[in-house]
Amino acid sequence: MVSVKRIVLDVLKPHQPNALVFSQAIAEVGIDYHVCLTVLEMDENTETLQIEVQGSAIDFDAVQSTISSMGGSLHSIDVVEVVNEAETG
Amino acid sequence: MALLQQAKFLLSITRTHDIVRRYFVVNGFDGALTMLGLIIGFLISASTDLTIIINACLGAAIALGMSGVSSAYISEVAERKRALGKLEQAMATDLQDSTHGVAARWVPLLIALVNGSAPLIISLLILMPIWLVNAGIPIPISPLYAAVLIALGLIFFLGVFLGRIAGISWLRSGLQTLLIAVITVTLIYLFVGH
Repeated sequence: MVSVKRIVLDVLKPHQPNALVFSQAIAEVGIDYHVCLTVLEMDENTETLQIEVQGSAIDFDAVQSTISSMGGSLHSIDVVEVVNEAETG
Repeated sequence: MALLQQAKFLLSITRTHDIVRRYFVVNGFDGALTMLGLIIGFLISASTDLTIIINACLGAAIALGMSGVSSAYISEVAERKRALGKLEQAMATDLQDSTHGVAARWVPLLIALVNGSAPLIISLLILMPIWLVNAGIPIPISPLYAAVLIALGLIFFLGVFLGRIAGISWLRSGLQTLLIAVITVTLIYLFVGH
């Protein structure tokens, strides 16, 4: 089974909700998600973020949908780490 | 509880906590002073039936509540639409389905409810002793004087609330708002009392 283990996203978002609430909302998408958010740039109304998400099987659509629901806009997928794991049982 | 959390979240992303607080105090103060003025007017007048006093005050309280709801809703809808449009322009994307879109639709309603309920609730509290006596429940002092005391107490507490927000002496702030109420009562006695 092919699983996405790590993604790095370039995202533009309004100042609110703040980085803490934003990253918490993404982390809530998956039970073992580890989110690292870095604010790269900030202007009057928006901020550009680099969001790194790690997990055993990242649901990209759910992550993207959470970003959109919080008012963010996904600009690019900068890094993807995918693993093909042998199914057991 | 989840609804309260959601309301807090929507107020926080639109940064309208302080607007809600301001509306609560401003319109609550409006309600308290209006009721105080009406009751002082009735005190000065020849003895009036308590039912007439309740009806007149309740009419004013409902009108204040409706005025608060409608005026805040109309102005906040315009403000939120403008803010959302500005944000959509900056983001170069449609935010109608995001939390910002939800906030633009719900926050005006929340603010309107606070703006309308503040004078209504405060007015109802002030009318309480008149209601009790009219319902046959005795209280130790005249119901109109009791209503005036409650109005003065609530006005003092609104001042205390403002003092706490500003981080200044709550006693001084409370006494300041109380002074406004005393000046109002004096003016009513001066102009209507003769």
